[in-house]
Amino acid sequence: MVELRAKTPCEGLLPLSVGEVSLTEELPVSLSMVTARAGRVEACSDLLKSAHGMAMPKPNRATGTTEARAVWFGRDQVMLVGPAPSWSLKNEATLVDQSDAWAVVKLEGAGAEEVLARLVPIDLRGATFKRGHTARTMLGHMTVSITRVGEQAFQIMAFRSMAKTLVHDLQRAMESLAARG
Amino acid sequence: MRLTCPHCGERDLREFYYQGDAVALNRPDPDATDVEWDDYVHNRDNPAGETRDLWYHEGGCGAWIVVTRNTVTHDVLCTELASDLKEASA
Repeated sequence: MVELRAKTPCEGLLPLSVGEVSLTEELPVSLSMVTARAGRVEACSDLLKSAHGMAMPKPNRATGTTEARAVWFGRDQVMLVGPAPSWSLKNEATLVDQSDAWAVVKLEGAGAEEVLARLVPIDLRGATFKRGHTARTMLGHMTVSITRVGEQAFQIMAFRSMAKTLVHDLQRAMESLAARG
Repeated sequence: MRLTCPHCGERDLREFYYQGDAVALNRPDPDATDVEWDDYVHNRDNPAGETRDLWYHEGGCGAWIVVTRNTVTHDVLCTELASDLKEASA
């Protein structure tokens, strides 16, 4: 019999630590795209709040904690990171299970901002991009979702098929930062 | 060039994909004349001055955006969500 073995998106690639910056894989139990039905954003937000304790975040914002996070992903759309979605949400939203579709990593440490500054075309410094802020943007040539989850910590999501490129690009930037001493 | 996405704010050009004239918002009726359909499908102005284009925020939130800009001065005059314009005209 063929024995299939489940692999995580970044298996064999992470964890990684260069200088003061570390890159680790996050393994949320579930990832769900929650898209509010047309004109039903507020109703969807109420449901999300009663089911998961978080309202729909405003554009460019994320709410919640490591266990359960709602990350703004687009117009009237959030990615629920962590818990399996409550079925009650289906009354006001379209739910799509994306649990195996994304590589989720955490970049952490003094210098995390400088690492991302080498790859991302937007200003992610603490003064403008605070904890709870999120952005759909690019990292190198990839579209990603970047969320500040701590003073010096970012959660980065990229398509699972791009996991190796994601880690490679970040590793090169981490090494180039460390080389400057 | 930098464009302001109505959701995400001002972003670098590399995040956007250029689709072309914002004519897609004004699709003729199915029974419109051949001349109108010919215009819609094939004929485009090439203005030296103000133009309205559709852009896609591909490396970002995925919104379709109508950008009004000036091809002579390179000023970006206005950016609006295509969905908002469509709803307003419906």
